[in-house]
Amino acid sequence: MTDQRKQTLQELQERFGAKLEMEERSPKRIYVLVDKTDVPDVIRFMFQEQGARLCTASGIDGRWGVEIIYHFSYDGQNMIVSLKTLVEKPFLKIQSVATFLPAANWIEREIHEMLGVEFIGHPDMRRLLLPDDWPEGEYPFRRS
Amino acid sequence: MSYTIPIGPYHPLLEEPEFFKLKVEGERVVDMDVRIGYNHRGIEKVAESKTWDQDTFLVERVCGICSTSHPIAYVNSVEDLLQIEIPERAKYIRCVVGELERVHSHLLWAGLAGHFIGYNTVFMWAWKYREIILDVFEHITGNRNHYAMMRIGGVRKDILKEDIPGFLASMDELNEKNDMLTKAVIDDPVLHARLKGVGILSKEDAIAYGVLGPTARASGYDIDVRRDEPYAAYDLVDWDVIIMEEGDVFAKAAVRLLENTESIKIIRQCLERLQSMPEGDFFLPVEDFPVGEGIGHHEAPRGECFHYVRSDGSNSPIRHKIRAPTFQNLPSFKASCIGETVADVTLVTASIDPCYCCTERMVTVEDNEGNQMYDGQDLIRLSQEKTEHIREQMKG
Amino acid sequence: MALKHLPLKKSPWIFHLSTGSCNNCDIELLDCLTPRFDVERFGILLVGSVRHADALLVTGALTRQCVPRLKECYEQMPKPGLVIAIGNCACSSCIFRDSYNIVGPIDKFVPVDVYIPGCPPKPEAMISGIVKALGKL
Repeated sequence: MTDQRKQTLQELQERFGAKLEMEERSPKRIYVLVDKTDVPDVIRFMFQEQGARLCTASGIDGRWGVEIIYHFSYDGQNMIVSLKTLVEKPFLKIQSVATFLPAANWIEREIHEMLGVEFIGHPDMRRLLLPDDWPEGEYPFRRS
Repeated sequence: MSYTIPIGPYHPLLEEPEFFKLKVEGERVVDMDVRIGYNHRGIEKVAESKTWDQDTFLVERVCGICSTSHPIAYVNSVEDLLQIEIPERAKYIRCVVGELERVHSHLLWAGLAGHFIGYNTVFMWAWKYREIILDVFEHITGNRNHYAMMRIGGVRKDILKEDIPGFLASMDELNEKNDMLTKAVIDDPVLHARLKGVGILSKEDAIAYGVLGPTARASGYDIDVRRDEPYAAYDLVDWDVIIMEEGDVFAKAAVRLLENTESIKIIRQCLERLQSMPEGDFFLPVEDFPVGEGIGHHEAPRGECFHYVRSDGSNSPIRHKIRAPTFQNLPSFKASCIGETVADVTLVTASIDPCYCCTERMVTVEDNEGNQMYDGQDLIRLSQEKTEHIREQMKG
Repeated sequence: MALKHLPLKKSPWIFHLSTGSCNNCDIELLDCLTPRFDVERFGILLVGSVRHADALLVTGALTRQCVPRLKECYEQMPKPGLVIAIGNCACSSCIFRDSYNIVGPIDKFVPVDVYIPGCPPKPEAMISGIVKALGKL
């Protein structure tokens, strides 16, 4: 792993300490487990101070909740850091990051309509991809 | 007094259906909203019921123009999951196919943009010279579009040595035509007056919205997956990333046309290496899929194409996330469109090179009583008339 | 063949509708207008409004959102008019038939005169299909 990558990850670890559980699957792919309440702060740090770019966010339905993975690319350092968090059922609420990161606006709308996760504080939570006559409460990506 | 203009969902040269709502005051746009969903085919869900190999064909059909971009990003993600490295021959072939697609896509865009501003000859020429590339594709892969060249572990077909001189000659011809087109655009004073200063996206907005591809590079945002995280043969050949600072429609057009020259350079170098390399394997057989996750991305003609897969060891992915570049680029339309005139709207939309089928899966201007003032054809006509007006002014 | 169909046979004006396609069929259709295939010399023109069209060319697997538009376009097309399904998706929904948002193929909602399969069908195939459709009249 290059020095620059090590430094970036060290900065991240030092800033948030035990709140982050980092796993290095390969030199270019880092997976970080974080609690949902810490997500906005970590993302704010990664985007505003470290200059990471949000690629996208993946939502996966599971037994205990919906797992949301925010994928960030550190372009100059050849590394993607994926921030994983669990949004528990039945409440399925998490703070939106679209207020300070416009790049997350549409992807949060998509996860909301596909999986039913509520993003608190999202500036414009409306239907994005599903047709107007799609029934409310029906989430295509839910498995159960 | 403000009016709302819905644009869409169908009009002839925006081949895909979409629905824009523009709020105008006088001649200026003050707000914008876009409703997509007409092309949403639920591909991510379908992918969960297909096997890993079938998915390569499925994702090809996410988009027709960037047909090989999604398969490259997908096989990159599966190869990340498997932690394997493909044979060198396959790397060069992937590069050739990826770059040929870039040139074809940019020429397609140049033709459409030419039509929107009233340069119909540009449309006809750009699409005519595109045929050179489609012929090369048909020769290598058997199809003009949807080439099905990618497989997990390599590529599906080899490029034969005896064909390479013919392809190199085609590249020479293509380079000549592309140069002609580039000079025609960059040196035309009417186009300068028509396109410069229109639809500016600032670098701060570009970073905030996370835009990608030529849309980002035209605003000075220096990102390119081929250089930032090299895959295939991009770190084995010589080429440059094209960056411009202005962020207007002219910069976006220039970036795309100049990128074509770089792409042709890459293709030539890859073909020459393939010619001098000994015959060899072009794929690695893959047997089992471990439990795990994989991330892959590729610089498609419109920007970064991102795929994420999760495996539980079975024959199908349990989650396959597809994010096409236009999904990130479209929302930025709000920032670049506000303040522009109605006549420029089609051009500013077209300049981000939107590919709605990738994103998902048109224009009438109404006054406050809902009476139609302009429709889709009218807006294109307004755009073409503005160009004519500028041309007249320059003559006089 | 009835007298009113004679002008139709000479130079059909076509309206193109995409109901949720990957866009490849649409690009190959537009390719027919370009110098290599140049269908305009046969009088085939792409028109901007379905009210002027003699033939409706439909591509795409038909998403839920597009159904009312497809029906509307078919109704607004002056009769006699042809409906031509272009591409595997329009003919049979192809790989998308199990998707939650696809309700096609299009012949569930509008009567189709000619099917042109292919992914995408080559421009030669499209021209041949349109000529066959005209022969039906």
